[in-house]
Amino acid sequence: MSRFRNPARRAIGLGSAKSGAQHWWMQRMTAVALIALCIWFVVMLLSMLHADYASAHAVLARPWNAALMIAFTSAMFWHAQLGLAVVIEDYVHTRWLEFSLIVLVKLFAVLFAIACALAVLRIALAG
Amino acid sequence: MAQTGRPLSPHIGIYRWQVQMATSILHRATGIALSIGTLLVLWGLMAMASGAGAWIHFEAFITSIVGLILMIGWTWALMFHLCNGIRHLLQDTGMGYEIPQFVRSGWLAVIVSLALTLAIWAWLAMGGVA
Ligand code: HEM
Repeated sequence: MSRFRNPARRAIGLGSAKSGAQHWWMQRMTAVALIALCIWFVVMLLSMLHADYASAHAVLARPWNAALMIAFTSAMFWHAQLGLAVVIEDYVHTRWLEFSLIVLVKLFAVLFAIACALAVLRIALAG
Repeated sequence: MAQTGRPLSPHIGIYRWQVQMATSILHRATGIALSIGTLLVLWGLMAMASGAGAWIHFEAFITSIVGLILMIGWTWALMFHLCNGIRHLLQDTGMGYEIPQFVRSGWLAVIVSLALTLAIWAWLAMGGVA
């Protein structure tokens, strides 16, 4: 993300040396993706209003729906994890606790994103 | 904080309420609420993948009184965070920073999100006829 940094920062070699620009950019990229994905998600849920288990399962098993659902859950956990890290940084001022919470949130976000993707695959590939 | 004797800004005790601060706080609050809501998406997908037996428990929860209240809350949280998030992204491009524009877009996010929530649940309550 060096292109978002002030050229003077590179020239003088000063700056926080952290990864704020990358974090900020990924929060925006996932937000843009989530605009479309959230609208799709809500519309699909509304269309399932009268569906029983078998027909809801069949709707999600369609190739595009399965792909979009994996995209949605991946972007969602990525975005949530980035956002929660900022919230934790703002309110938790005990260094070890702050660090531990951020790591814990990241690990669970990855685990849950994998679990969602596998669940969708299982639905999509079921006989 | 260093005791400089200078006035603090914002001075919480005498700060006038403004829509800008409400939307800012609400964006964070709805972001946290939606992060908790991700667990419901996880549960729903896991239940659907597990089979009809597990799905019944999920369905029973989201159609219970507590479940419905949570679902209505999450609907508004998502609609507000979505509208205000789009506002955030437009402001990131440098748009809308004049104070009157900032106030107007803030109210717009609040009102549109409430209208969308109302429209979704009115449609659901009528059994989805459209
Ligand atoms: C799908 C569920 C979503 C979850 C769980 C979620 C969660 C979060 C969280 C926890 C934050 C941090 C809040 C803060 O720092 O105060 C955040 C920030 C943000 N969200 Fe979302 N969000 C979701 C959807 C969206 C959508 C659809 C958009 C659409 C534009 C969006 C746009 C943003 C933006 C722009 C920020 C950064 C705000 C800032 O820098 O102050 N989010 N989100």
